[in-house]
Amino acid sequence: MNDFTHQQSAHCESGVMSAMLTHQGLPLSEPMAFGLASALGFALIPFVKLSGLPLIAYRMPPRAIINGLQKTLGVHMRRQTFRNAAKGMAALDAELDRGRVVGLQTSVFWLPYFPEGMRFHFNAHNLLVYGRDGDDYLISDPVFEQPVRCDRAALQKARFAKGALAAKGLMYLADRVPDSIDHARLVPAAIQRNLRTMTGAPLPFIGIRGIRHMGAQLRKLERDRAKREQYLPLYLGHIVRMQEEIGTGGAGFRFIYGAFLRESAKVLVSDELKEAARLMTDAGDHWRLFALRASKMCKGREAMDTAVLEEILHGCADREAAVWERLQAWSRSQRQ
Amino acid sequence: MDHSEVPQDNSHTYGGHRKLLYATDRDGNYVGVPSTGWEAEEIATGSALDLLAQQQQVAWQRAQRGETSPLEYYMAYRRMDEALLAQTSGIWRWRIRRHFRPAIYRRLNDTVLARYSEALGIDITTLKTLVQNP
Repeated sequence: MNDFTHQQSAHCESGVMSAMLTHQGLPLSEPMAFGLASALGFALIPFVKLSGLPLIAYRMPPRAIINGLQKTLGVHMRRQTFRNAAKGMAALDAELDRGRVVGLQTSVFWLPYFPEGMRFHFNAHNLLVYGRDGDDYLISDPVFEQPVRCDRAALQKARFAKGALAAKGLMYLADRVPDSIDHARLVPAAIQRNLRTMTGAPLPFIGIRGIRHMGAQLRKLERDRAKREQYLPLYLGHIVRMQEEIGTGGAGFRFIYGAFLRESAKVLVSDELKEAARLMTDAGDHWRLFALRASKMCKGREAMDTAVLEEILHGCADREAAVWERLQAWSRSQRQ
Repeated sequence: MDHSEVPQDNSHTYGGHRKLLYATDRDGNYVGVPSTGWEAEEIATGSALDLLAQQQQVAWQRAQRGETSPLEYYMAYRRMDEALLAQTSGIWRWRIRRHFRPAIYRRLNDTVLARYSEALGIDITTLKTLVQNP
């Protein structure tokens, strides 16, 4: 057994990477892991449906943080998927016996320690296994306050659950970790990359344009008599769920990114970044306002008014645009 | 969000757990603050859960009346829809729909049932009959 210490995080993938790299000698906070991987995003993808509703993501797709950190930090990650579940479990055991801390991608639904109200079929959850005790695996699940346990059969089922984003038993380890981070070089580059996702995508449903697009779409749905009564409230509930529950939330990600900017401001002694962090927090707060009003409208506690919702979404888009404008000027000045 | 404004709404969907949120302190520094839940999230998650519970209830009643097979109930019980059950069991959707007919389901051999059993995490004996209470 190793001397692993559990830490709770806001988001599973950034939390796992932060805990894993910190444990292996490279202190890295969760916001720093998220920011350096350029993981903030927005996408409304009409042709990928989740129970009949379009996929809405407030961050980059699963595995983007693992891959991103590997590239930017130069961490040597080893990852493996398995066709055979028994082999996948044996490989996990072998690494644990060597005293390693192992990252896994799993389904949420089949993990018995999740409360009933959080168990949905979502296959891109991340957790760390740091040991074994008889038939139980000792798990540091970043979403939970304390370490948890999971029996072998359940963990196998969670690792090998099929369906969208199936993990196929994915397990990952950091084999070699650098001993320091060159913030002055990496932070501006990471911000530049994220800037491209948020402002430079050629598609109308990605980045800041995507946020405005969602607002326009809500207006259109209210005008559509066939969709106004049933579909619209369902869709609003869906937007809020994707925002607040599945993988921590739209506002939550803005706050993580704000924390990254604030931490960078401290390390690099920059008032510009400090101000950008404040603006990003403001954008996050506006997203929470949206969630609050939208959820009330979908429950009928407030009269349906998509004009109000569109205006709030434009407010979110404006605020995020202001942050990125500042960040663009700042990161350019850093590169010269 | 100021750290004093982090919602503590005791959402029942959290099952007594707390989630971490980043909020700012008086100097604008970010601190992690555990939250017991938020009204807006609970409304959204709650209505998704209500829908699942309702589907489960309806499937049980229909199976009880012989209008569908126990399979449809167990699918709803595991919070799945036809598309997901098809993906996890590797059985085509149209076949699954056929297996919702009680007469056809009753004649299914154990090889097919084993695939449903694996996908749903429910043993074959249980799958064959409807549980007493939903």
